[in-house]
Amino acid sequence: MLTRLISGDRPRSIVLTIILLAILIGLALAPFLFPGIRSLETAARICIFIVLVASYDLMLGYGGIVSFAHTMFFGMGAYGVALASVHMGRGFDALIVGTLAGAVAAAVLALLIGLFSLRVRAIFFAMITLAVASAVAVLVSQLSSLTGGEDGLNYQIPRALTPAFKFADGRLFDVSLNGKLLNYYLVFFSALILFLLLLRIVNSPFGRVLQAIRENDFRAEAIGYRVVYYRTAATCISAAVAAIAGSLFAIWLRYVGPDTTLSFEIMIDILLMVVIGGMGTMYGAVIGAAVFIIAQNYLQELMAVAASATAKVPVLPLFFDPDRWLLWLGVLFVLSVYFFPTGIVGRLRQGR
Amino acid sequence: MSDPVLSLQGVHTDIAQYHILRGVDLEVPAGGVTMLLGRNGVGKTTTLRTIMGLWRAKEGRVVFRGEDIAALPTPAIARRGIGFVPEDMGIFSDLSVEENMTLAAVSGPIDAERLDWLQSVFPPLRTFWKKEAGTLSGGQKQMLSVARAMIEKRRLYLIDEPTKGLAPAIVATLAGALRALKQEGASILLVEQNFSVAKALGDTCAVMDDGRVVWAGEMATLAGDTALQERLMGLSMESA
Amino acid sequence: MTAAPDHAPTITGLSTWQRMQRHLPLLLVPLLVVVGYLAIPATSSWLTLTVSGLAMGMMIFIMASGLTLVFGLMDVINFGHGAFISVGAFVGVSILLALGSLTGAPSLALNIAAVLVAVAGAMAATAVMGWIFERVIVKPVYGAHLKQILVTMGGLIIVEQLILIVWGPDEIFFSRPEMLKGAITFAGAAIEKYRLLAVGFGLVLFLAMIWVLRSTKIGLIVRAGVQNGEMVEALGYRLRIVFVAVFIAGSALAGLGGVMWALYQEVITAHMGQEMMVLVFIVVIIGGLGSVEGCFIGALLVGLLQNYVGFIEPKVALISNIGLLVLILMWRPQGMLPVVKAK
Repeated sequence: MLTRLISGDRPRSIVLTIILLAILIGLALAPFLFPGIRSLETAARICIFIVLVASYDLMLGYGGIVSFAHTMFFGMGAYGVALASVHMGRGFDALIVGTLAGAVAAAVLALLIGLFSLRVRAIFFAMITLAVASAVAVLVSQLSSLTGGEDGLNYQIPRALTPAFKFADGRLFDVSLNGKLLNYYLVFFSALILFLLLLRIVNSPFGRVLQAIRENDFRAEAIGYRVVYYRTAATCISAAVAAIAGSLFAIWLRYVGPDTTLSFEIMIDILLMVVIGGMGTMYGAVIGAAVFIIAQNYLQELMAVAASATAKVPVLPLFFDPDRWLLWLGVLFVLSVYFFPTGIVGRLRQGR
Repeated sequence: MSDPVLSLQGVHTDIAQYHILRGVDLEVPAGGVTMLLGRNGVGKTTTLRTIMGLWRAKEGRVVFRGEDIAALPTPAIARRGIGFVPEDMGIFSDLSVEENMTLAAVSGPIDAERLDWLQSVFPPLRTFWKKEAGTLSGGQKQMLSVARAMIEKRRLYLIDEPTKGLAPAIVATLAGALRALKQEGASILLVEQNFSVAKALGDTCAVMDDGRVVWAGEMATLAGDTALQERLMGLSMESA
Repeated sequence: MTAAPDHAPTITGLSTWQRMQRHLPLLLVPLLVVVGYLAIPATSSWLTLTVSGLAMGMMIFIMASGLTLVFGLMDVINFGHGAFISVGAFVGVSILLALGSLTGAPSLALNIAAVLVAVAGAMAATAVMGWIFERVIVKPVYGAHLKQILVTMGGLIIVEQLILIVWGPDEIFFSRPEMLKGAITFAGAAIEKYRLLAVGFGLVLFLAMIWVLRSTKIGLIVRAGVQNGEMVEALGYRLRIVFVAVFIAGSALAGLGGVMWALYQEVITAHMGQEMMVLVFIVVIIGGLGSVEGCFIGALLVGLLQNYVGFIEPKVALISNIGLLVLILMWRPQGMLPVVKAK
């Protein structure tokens, strides 16, 4: 039963299984295990990024395609919910319409980009997605009458998902039972379902063909698979799932803005999570997202400590300035691609 | 016979996961034409490419004039005096005929006298000297490819199926050019499917099958023995 | 010697129309200029926009040319190319600021001297950086596109952060040397002097590049290498060295483009390279990967379009380039002047 749920794709390492279970339980019981607003925010972020990173891994790790437009798809879902909520008023219908519209729009755009670039060479795709994504980001910040520009959009979500809504006796194990809790579980279970869905996709015949293409697209084509068709399909699925993750993010935050959904830095975060967790493993997305987001929360504090510790040394503190955390992530990223291409999951499976 | 100019000893080459050459032993005597024969897919082209270092031998020695060149980079191998005419001709189609030839003269400007001779052997090269090589016909491209290898004197020429799909008149032209090279004292290793050309040009010959040289000897011996041809190549060359 | 054979040599294939078709993209630039003339009401604004569009195109071309050759030669795609643009701009501007006495003087000769020193410094810095980048970042991932994209992107992030460490987090404003400020009036249109200079300089550089590629042996090797690198090696040339040289030259050109862009904008940020990369990629794709001429035409098209559209409807200026990309790829999926690859 459990094996069927994960589509027969076992973690294949005891340590990995334990870590995955710990993350699952930690996220499932997060409101009770780690009370406090900040840790709940972190847990929700991890859930959402697991889906976002897993959907990216479908493209990168399984399809062998590099995209720089994943935040664009993510943003399309987020803005879908935001715009629907602004224009249709607060309500679940707005959330559903916004999510669906975002996902469909993302899939259609992915289809167009895919047909244009993958038809010629896979490398065009990386360049074109970069161009399109940055054009869209500029457009979103310029069309302020529609999108709120740089300020983004604030909107209302159904009351049942806000802290103002209380249910049952109001408290359980000292945790207040309010709409925020419901909202968290909406995010958690949606993320879980989406992840299991992606796991099913990569373990289906479709997923196997994708991997064959990644290994040797020339041969896959020779055997008779329409490489472009498979790659484009993977891109569309990936984009739609990313958009849904964006919708969840918008529902959770009750705010969208270019910085939180479209910025290139999020794109880099996604890349890092995939590479650190392990490309082409799906479980890598879980570990990558969890490790990265927890580390990100504390890395800047750690750097501040390092900066003050080295304050007397010339120049060095500049490197540890908390604003320079991207430098270290960049170094980490390059080193992992060279020396650690299978990521944490790959290592754990090897050392089995 | 004197020392061979080139000898391969137990050469193995893989292409991706496929084991193509499985221990090739081959000698090219100095100053002669050696024909490399065999059916399609037995490793003739791979042998030439391995000598050039375009594919790497994972085992065995490639000895050129007493030196093992198996580990040298391709440009260094070429600079030791080996001219290469690949199966696909390797024409730079966006470059003019002149530019193709200029590039082939590795050690300096083109020698005018030698060019004049080559242009009289291959008249289209004179006619279309300034034209883009991509606009030449198949036979003209083949002439350009061979002429490019010949523009400077080399010690050894590796030529891969120069007569494939060409009209008889052009085949005769190419054969004439190869004879001229031989008169210069160069050695030639020639992959050839056309038997009449092979018989007319070859001094010695080696027959490959399944990644190995299965028979080597005088061309005349093979040409005169139909049963041997049948056994080595599964067909009589006379009938091919 | 052998007698000439008696067959009649013939040129096969291409008709006049097919030949013309190959060079059709050359007409696109004048076509776009004419369309701009029809779309923009005032002739004087059209003239101003055309000059600034050409200037912008020239600068993009300078930044993009190295990238397209590097790809053509070794199939290496460098997503970190934008880092050279930023570094070039920062080094160049630092030199200009240090040479304040030269740039502030009302003498064209002194001003130009200061700019030349800044350009030389920027190109030297980016050339060295290109050499290091090639060794450390690119060389270990030859032949693996996926890793190349990831690693060079990582390199870009690192360089950007290093710029922030060296030059601080704020954007730097500065002004052009005295004699390069201001505009001249021509046919009722105000045309900035610097833009004219940029157009002239870009044109000279393009012609010089074409000359090197057409008339020198190293140029021949590069052009042949783009088509069939294996054969170039089999002739006896060490393509790897040529490639490193082109990579370094391309990096220096990106640095030069960075300085020119900085002088055009009069403000620099660490992100400028990354922002320019979007245009550079569009140009390289529509030109045809590996083609210098295609890159030149593409850059002029992008520069002109950006200026015309920016005048008519500013908000869609960036999107217009995506539109151009789509149209060109629908017409020619490999770009305008695709390089014929041997394999």
